[in-house]
Amino acid sequence: MAHILNLKEAIQEAVRDGDSIALEGFTHLIPFAAGHEIMRQGRRDLTLIRMTPDLIYDQLIGAGCASKLVFSWGGNPGVGSLHRLRDAVEQGWPTPLAVEEHAHAGMAAAYAAGAAHLPFGILRGYLGTDLPKYNQNIKFIECPFTGERLAAVPAHRPDVTVIHAQKADRQGNVLLWGVVGVQKEAVMAAKRSIVTVEEIVDRLDAPPNAMVLPSWIVGAVAEVKGGAFPSYAQGYYPRNNAFYKQWDPISRERTSFQAWIEQHVLGTKDFAGFKQSLEEATTRV
Amino acid sequence: MSDKNGYTADEMMTVAAARMIRNGATCFVGIGLPSAAANLARLTHAPDTVLIYESGTIGTKPPVLPLSIGDGELFETAEATVSIPEIFSYWLQGGRIDLGFLGAAQIDRFANINTTVIGDYHKPSTRLPGAGGAPEIAASSKEVLITLRHNKRAFVDKLDFVTSGGHMEGGDSREKMRLPGKGPTAVITDLGILTPDPKTKELTLTSLHPGVAVEKAVEATGWELKVAPQVATTQPPTETELAVLRDLHARTARAHAGNG
Repeated sequence: MAHILNLKEAIQEAVRDGDSIALEGFTHLIPFAAGHEIMRQGRRDLTLIRMTPDLIYDQLIGAGCASKLVFSWGGNPGVGSLHRLRDAVEQGWPTPLAVEEHAHAGMAAAYAAGAAHLPFGILRGYLGTDLPKYNQNIKFIECPFTGERLAAVPAHRPDVTVIHAQKADRQGNVLLWGVVGVQKEAVMAAKRSIVTVEEIVDRLDAPPNAMVLPSWIVGAVAEVKGGAFPSYAQGYYPRNNAFYKQWDPISRERTSFQAWIEQHVLGTKDFAGFKQSLEEATTRV
Repeated sequence: MSDKNGYTADEMMTVAAARMIRNGATCFVGIGLPSAAANLARLTHAPDTVLIYESGTIGTKPPVLPLSIGDGELFETAEATVSIPEIFSYWLQGGRIDLGFLGAAQIDRFANINTTVIGDYHKPSTRLPGAGGAPEIAASSKEVLITLRHNKRAFVDKLDFVTSGGHMEGGDSREKMRLPGKGPTAVITDLGILTPDPKTKELTLTSLHPGVAVEKAVEATGWELKVAPQVATTQPPTETELAVLRDLHARTARAHAGNG
């Protein structure tokens, strides 16, 4: 059964220095509040796994939490580069960042294999691309039945997966909907898991066949209203595209990034504090 | 913004790319230029085209262009939304996509594309976002369209990194590597349209947008560009195409300026 905890306790219990950790959510339901708490707790030497690093990993990388990134698309969608990710790869700042690079289809296969506790995932993929030359975790096998050449990737088995969802009930059953990405697979692939939710309710009232993660496959549930900001939570709040655009100048220089992360994340005690500090800064301007 | 023709080179590129989408095709759409063109097609001559984004949204009809590939407007207007493992395995690798539509940072003469790094992989001068869904879109879609702006930084003699395979080394090399789809069938730029030679598969300039000289396209290409004996002139955008495209961009700009 999932423990209902506050976010600080949940991160303290589950996330250790040196862990491999997946904070998933494909554009939607990105667990920003949990990412910020990992920064506040000063975790180091993490292997960050995520299809699209997005702003969340740009922040964790810039804050010096990561030593390795496993990913398949690292940009600020529709805006441009992730400057902190680029600075770490190109200049080794604030610490060098090892990179294991995939395509989305490979990451998806690796998570699905992880969820099934299979050793590897297979796909009709990685044909005609240079990626296998630079990533030793992409191999090719022959189908024992047809002889077709297929790609193989080792299963993702993160020490910890963190996702954000719309609702949980008081037993810790989790309901999510909308663009559901690889969240279910990432939770089922992980050794430990945390789900932050918009709200904890008495009854989930899940429609038939809805994506429900039963309490007994979830490690901890923590209620964090707005915890996916600046990404979105279907049915609760839209994606804050304006913030995604503002991130570009904030993150471009080391000094402006450091000032922002100190003021709004490291200098606040929780996600509500972060949101308040951001609002105050906006109204002051 | 409009030049003397009454439209910009980017608008001509988007319109020319949109026209390549036939009504009813299932189209796997990349973000940026392809997304604008695919939605223009849907709002003009191809209302029954099925737009699929890699976030798992199938048959989506977004009222504004999404900034990212998994935005709420894609989900809200989709016929179905499936998980990421499902969209890539059942739908894309399962061979259900007629048309893959991609952008690129660099392209070579055989329409192989790079979205990974400029310079050495381990010491890049520019780290680009990477592959995303592109390698499997390029491999498994029945055919592929590519759209990007035409200049020497983009049209290079040799790619620094092959992210997604086009016609590989030319000739029958793609077929020999057993990529399932038939590969890129057109590259639409702000200067004209290039199509692969049926035999060598080398990109050949087959159409120029109105007012663009052959020399300009040759000069903007980092290899000795093959030019078709008869180069067509692209039909300029119609009033309807321009009006729909501008309206779409205006709605999008308004939506993205606010908190939504």
